[in-house]
Order: sequence, then structure tokens, then C-alpha cells
Amino acid sequence: MIKKNKEPLFHLVKRDTLPRHIRILIRLGAIVLALILCAALTAFFTGINPIQVYGSIISGAFGSARKTWITLQDLSVLLLISLALTPAFMMRFWNIGGEGQVLIGGLATAACMICLEGKVPSAVIMILSFITAVLAGAFWGFIPAFCKSKWNTNETLMTLMMNYIATQIVSFFIIVWEVPKGSGKIGIINQNSHDGWMPALFGSKYMLCITVSIIVMVFLYIYLKYSKHGYEIQVVGESENTARYVGIKVGKVIIRTMLLSGALCGLAGMLLVGSINHTITTTIAGGQGFTAVLVSWMAKFNPFTMVLSAFLIIFMKRGAGEIATNFGLNQSFADILTGIILFFIIGCEFFINYKIKRSERHDEKGGSEC
Amino acid sequence: MENGNAAVSMRNITKTFGQGVIANKDVNLDIRKGEILSLLGENGSGKTTLMNMLSGIYYPDSGEIFIDSKPVSIRSPKDAYDLGIGMVHQHFKLVDVLSAVQNIVLGLPGKLDLKGAREKIKEICDKYGFDVDPDKKIYNMSVSEKQTVEIVKVLYRGADILILDEPTAVLTPQETQKLFDVMRNMKKDGKALVIITHKLNEVQEISDKVAVLRQGEYIGTLITKDTNPQEMTDMMVGHKVELNIERPTPLEAPKRRIKVEGLNVINEEGIQKLKDVSFEIYSGEIFGIAGISGCGQKELLEAIAGLQKVESGSIKYIDDDGTEKELIGMDPLKIKELGVALSFVPEDRLGMGLVGNMDISDNMMLRSFRDGHGVFTDRKTPHKKAEGIVNVLHVDTPGIETPVRRLSGGNVQKVLVGREISQKPKVLMTAYVVRGLDINSSYTIYELINMEKVNGTAVIFVGEDLDVLLQISDKVMVLCDGQVNGILDGRKATKSEVGLRMTSLTKEDAD
Repeated sequence: MIKKNKEPLFHLVKRDTLPRHIRILIRLGAIVLALILCAALTAFFTGINPIQVYGSIISGAFGSARKTWITLQDLSVLLLISLALTPAFMMRFWNIGGEGQVLIGGLATAACMICLEGKVPSAVIMILSFITAVLAGAFWGFIPAFCKSKWNTNETLMTLMMNYIATQIVSFFIIVWEVPKGSGKIGIINQNSHDGWMPALFGSKYMLCITVSIIVMVFLYIYLKYSKHGYEIQVVGESENTARYVGIKVGKVIIRTMLLSGALCGLAGMLLVGSINHTITTTIAGGQGFTAVLVSWMAKFNPFTMVLSAFLIIFMKRGAGEIATNFGLNQSFADILTGIILFFIIGCEFFINYKIKRSERHDEKGGSEC
Repeated sequence: MENGNAAVSMRNITKTFGQGVIANKDVNLDIRKGEILSLLGENGSGKTTLMNMLSGIYYPDSGEIFIDSKPVSIRSPKDAYDLGIGMVHQHFKLVDVLSAVQNIVLGLPGKLDLKGAREKIKEICDKYGFDVDPDKKIYNMSVSEKQTVEIVKVLYRGADILILDEPTAVLTPQETQKLFDVMRNMKKDGKALVIITHKLNEVQEISDKVAVLRQGEYIGTLITKDTNPQEMTDMMVGHKVELNIERPTPLEAPKRRIKVEGLNVINEEGIQKLKDVSFEIYSGEIFGIAGISGCGQKELLEAIAGLQKVESGSIKYIDDDGTEKELIGMDPLKIKELGVALSFVPEDRLGMGLVGNMDISDNMMLRSFRDGHGVFTDRKTPHKKAEGIVNVLHVDTPGIETPVRRLSGGNVQKVLVGREISQKPKVLMTAYVVRGLDINSSYTIYELINMEKVNGTAVIFVGEDLDVLLQISDKVMVLCDGQVNGILDGRKATKSEVGLRMTSLTKEDAD
């Protein structure tokens, strides 16, 4: 028989829940470590002083009042999409169709703006934009939810496919509405009349997005945590059998939650078209429907912590552009840095859940155990 | 003992999970060749954890393990196999779509030689008296057959030290006897065996020695023939326990409460699970249901609870004033809205009765979350209810904010039964309510059920331990292959009569 007398040097022990401040410290520690590693890599590969690079990233995000506003606005849009996906994720409904739901909401807004220009007052266009965008997004969320509850289709594939359909529909309408003809793009909608352009709020055109996302954040926090609907979402997510056992109609909850998820994505689409870009392209969502998945997960579905995870992504993205121009590095380098930071942040969860114990070496006691 | 070498010695083994939970503390245990050792202890006393350290699933925080007096380090199940240790887990670890022989050789190094494997399996079977068809697919097998495959798998890998974690929990009395015969053969062959079980009569029947654990600590080892159930229980629990189940009389005269007629159920796979089932249940009565597992018990309870689609038949709930309410076609919510106070403790506690990741308070809310004002849930009442249940039923938990999946089996069940009873049910359905529970928790649960009965609840008690079933039930209905095979008087029926009816349809009910 094989005899082994080697003890492993380390082994893992599952931890109890750590106190909050220690968890936060571990996460901060991870970010600091990530920044040090990033700095080392930057210095090694580019020979550029990493402190300058970091400075550049910060000035890219907050270098001027305008830059700061844009950072906040981008943050609020990403936050809004992440919030939109959260109820679905809590229900373990893997909605990766945020991209398509945003696009279709944006398309509805663009349609209102283009088709109603001059025919009705701008305020009416805005209200109609809001209603149609929310309905369009909700509809785009409803389809996979309905199929799931009716035929138990795979929602991950379905929501993903719906993204491509949305993209194709948008490119179709871009050709229909293209200005000038043959250019293949729409350009700024209602450039002269500004009909249907969402208003500035508190004297700033950036504040609308920010306000909307704050309202949605607070609403979702209360909805998920304290409402009956929120509780049903949690139960369905944890165990459909338990849900049925207490008389929760699983299909109904899935459809209702996806209507909400889609509607909020549609709202984000409306803001992107009506308030920020005033145009529509197939890439107007910019992959944020996917980034939002990460943001929502990193925040463990907590609407308030989502601000932090969304901020991290936006901050790095805004900084990336800046270092690309300042140091002649390409955009990919910033992506590498973002990747390293994300890796550390997600990786540190391991140390929150487990501790590594060094095995104590037993001195040979000798003697015969009978 | 002076003769017989210890095949395994565990010395000062300690294992903790997180900071608060000590699963094992300074445990010393000797397992000898040619001996069957019972490992006895309440739920959460650390029996399975201790054995998992032998089989390489966990690694001890401290302490030493000796195999044949030589210190070893078991870091993985492979190490355990190399040392001749094999464990049959409570939940089988087999691939459903593969055949027995494929499962047995799965993961072994070397060339795949199914023919040779079949021969070797046959050899093992003949030697110990197993009966296994090597080419049968796992999904076609009964629980007992699957267990046999697990044991053969372990022997095939050359195990000399076998650990069986609650092997009898899923078996009928007859199957248990067969298993015990095999175990005796293995013992004669010089293997060292450890059996984890809660059933004291089995401990007495099969084992040579009994090692008792309590709250993760090793209490002592007894020679089986010199001890008795009372001593073992007291040692396990740490204080004296009354081992009688009462059969109290209800306060009020029984009234008809549930009437089931001609119930037919066909499951999703198209198999008829219930055939023409008819019976009546009265208030203040415990209506026991006996049967081999999978004989339609689950479908019957779920049909009454509104969770199972029914082909034909009727299930009527009869109110105190005599009005009859048809329950077929209703979902659980509609049944509740009808004013039918129905509580259900399902077999799958964490998969159906409770949400494992939620805390005790949130699990209380499962039944009451609709009662809150407007769109919001009411969190205070469930919180109070959770505190009440923790105090009254002595649920061992760090706090009511602890997710229930972190609690031991007995405590999980106390939470579930406590919640269902707190609804003040008129009908209480329980499925295998003490499965996997230790003696102390089991008797607490029996007492709770009896209290419900005394207060006039109609109780449906689906059980597997016939001794208990016959002691607690006023009537026992035997299900055989989805059909009612006799409704017997619990006071008069004998175990062998029920056992017989479980396995074969009696003539007058056949065809």
C-alpha cells in the first residue's frame, strides 16, 4: 500500500462572514495591489512613468468641469442599464439582452422625434418618446420572458439573439430615415428645431440622466428589498419549486420582472437618443448592455454599491482615451489596465470567503500508539 | 482491545468551518478489521464530517490519521482510495446515463476493459452476495440497486475500509436485511466497516461496537451487545430522553375533513403514479401512509396541495359546517383563498419547503408575505415568529439572520415544521418528516405532530420507519405501486403485515 506522509503546506478553510469594514479593507487592498501591478507593467512595457499615467487617467475623467460632467453622465447611463438588469438577475433570469432593449428604446425615441417634428409641441414628443421607449423596451424583454414561462426556452440564448434582431431593425430604419440620402446615417435629429430634445434639468443638460438614474436606483432598492414583488423575485430566483409551493405563479413573476427590466433599458435608450446623442446608430448602446452585466454582478445586485462598480468602469474608460492621446499608447493598453483591476477586485472575493491556513508541522511524537 | 490491529486510528482530529462552527474537536477513533463500527450521534454532531476527512473530501485542521499504525495524509478521494478507504455517500455519486459497469470503472487509470471489469464485478458480487446487473443503466435502477453499485464501486477499487453514510435511510426493511447480509460477509472477509445510522435497532442488529459523537466531540465507544437503546440515546443526547411515542386522543370528536375519490395521476414522463386512490381523513386523526419510496406518496400529497396535475378523481375538503370544497384544479394560493388551512411539510425541505439562502425570518415570510400592507411586505411579524420558533423549538442557530442552509438537518426541519404548524392548519401533511433527523429532534417533531392532532388537525403522515408509523398513526394506508393496498388500524396492524402489503398487491385489490 502506498504510504504518504506529506502534509500539504497550505489548505483552505471557509470563513464566516467577515465584518463589513474588513471586507471593505480587503477590497480596497485589492485595488491598491492592482494599481501597483499596473504601474509596474506600465513602467516595464512602455517606459513611461506610471504616476504620470495615473495622473492622466484622473485628468481624463475629471480634468475639467465638462469632463467631470460627461463622466458623471456616462456613469449614470451605465448605472441605469445595470440597475435595469438587476431584477432579472436576482430572479436568476440571465438577461444579456440589455443591449437590444436599450437600442429598441432608443429607436422608439428617434421615431417619435423624426416622425412628429413640427406636428406637435416638443413637450408632447418628449412624453410620447418616454412612453414608447419604455413600452418598446418592455416588449423586447417580454418576448424571451413569455417564451421562457410558456415553453421553458433558454433565456440566455434568446435575449442574446434579440440583440441582433434589434440591431438589424435599427439599421433598417437608419436607411429609411437617413439624412442626407445615401449617407447611411441619420446625423443629428431635429438639429434646428430641437423638437423632442430632452430638457436640461437644474440648468444643466447633464443632470437629466443623473437624476433619472438616482431615482431608479432608490426605487429599485426599495422595490427589491421591501416590496412583495421583490420578495417574489428572490424566491423564484432561489427555487422555483419553493415558489410554486407557496403559490407564487412563477411564469407571471418572470414576465412581470422582465417587463420592468426591459422598460428600464428602454428608458436608458430614450436618454441616450433624446438627451445625450440626439441621433441613433446601431452602436449607440456601445456594449453597455454587456458591461452592465459585470457591473450588476460586481455589486452583488445591490443598487447602491452599483454606483461604485459602474464608476470604476467609467473612470477607467474615460481615462483610457486620455492616456491614448497623451502618451501615444493605443486604447488597448487602457483595457489591459482595466482588466487587471477587475481581476483583482473579483479575485479578492476569494479571500473574503476563504482563509488560507498553514498546516502546523507535527513534531514526531514517537512512541507506539497501540 | 488487545487483539485485532486498528486499521484506522484518528487522533485529536479537529475540523472547523468558519470561525464559529466546530464540526469535530479532538476526536479519537479506532476502526478495526473484521469489525463493524456504528457511528452514532445527533444531527450536526460531526459524523459525516469526520468520515469525509477519511475519504479525502475534507482535510483536518489538526490531528493525525494512522492507517495500519503509519501516519498518513489524505488530501483527496484518490489518496483515500490508494489507502484502501472507500465511502458510500448518503447522496449517490453516479452518472445516470451510464451503466453500472461504466460507473464502476469511471475515473480509473489504465485501458478501458469493460469485459474484464464485468468479470471482476461478478467475482465481487459472488463473494459477498450482491446482486447487480452490470449493464443496467443507472436511471433504470431502484435506490437499492444504485446503492449496491456504489458499494461494488468502492470494493472494485480495492477498499478494505468501507464507510457507509446512512445507507438504510432509503431502503425498505427487506432491502436493509439484504444490505446487512452483505455487510456481514464483508466483515467475515476481514474488512473494516463503519456505518452511520440514526436507527438504534439497526445499530444493535449489525454492529459490534458503537462510537458516539456529541456536538463534534468524541464521547466514547460501547460494545453493542452490552448496551441498550436507552443508554446509547442518553449518551448521544447528553441527558435522558423518553423513547415512547404517545397516541393521545383528540379533544373534540373527529369530523370528516378530507375525502379523496378515484384519484388518478400521471406524471410528466407519462407514468401512472396514482391509480384510483380513495380514502377519507378525519380531524384529530393521524393518517399514516406507508409504502416503498416512489410509490405515489409524493404525488398524492402534492395533488392535495395543488401542486400536481390530476387526471381524474376528486379531492374534497370538508369544512366544520359540512360544506365541501373541491381542491382539484386549484393552485396553493387559490386553496388558501378558499379558506382551507392546509400546511405541508414536503420531503424536499431546502428545495421546496424553504429557501436555503434566506434567513429564518425571510423563510417565515414565505407563507405570510402577502399579508403586508399595500405593495410592501410585513417584516416584523415573520421576524417575531422566527424568534418564537427558535426559542420554543430550541433551534440551534447563531441567529435568526443565519441562512437556513447553514443549519443542520434537524434544525432546518424544526424551522419548517414550526412554520407550517404556526399557520394553525386544519390539515397538516408531512412527508418523511424525521428523515435524517436524530432521535432527540425526531421525538420533538412527533410531539409537535401529536399536539396538532389533539387540537383537532387532520394529519397525513407519510413515513418510512414502520415502527414509528404504527406507533403514531391511528390509521395506516399502504400504497403499493400507486394503488391503495389496504387501510389498516394503526393499533392492530403489525409491521410484517404492512411490510408485505408494501411490496405486493393483496388479492382483493389486485387488477
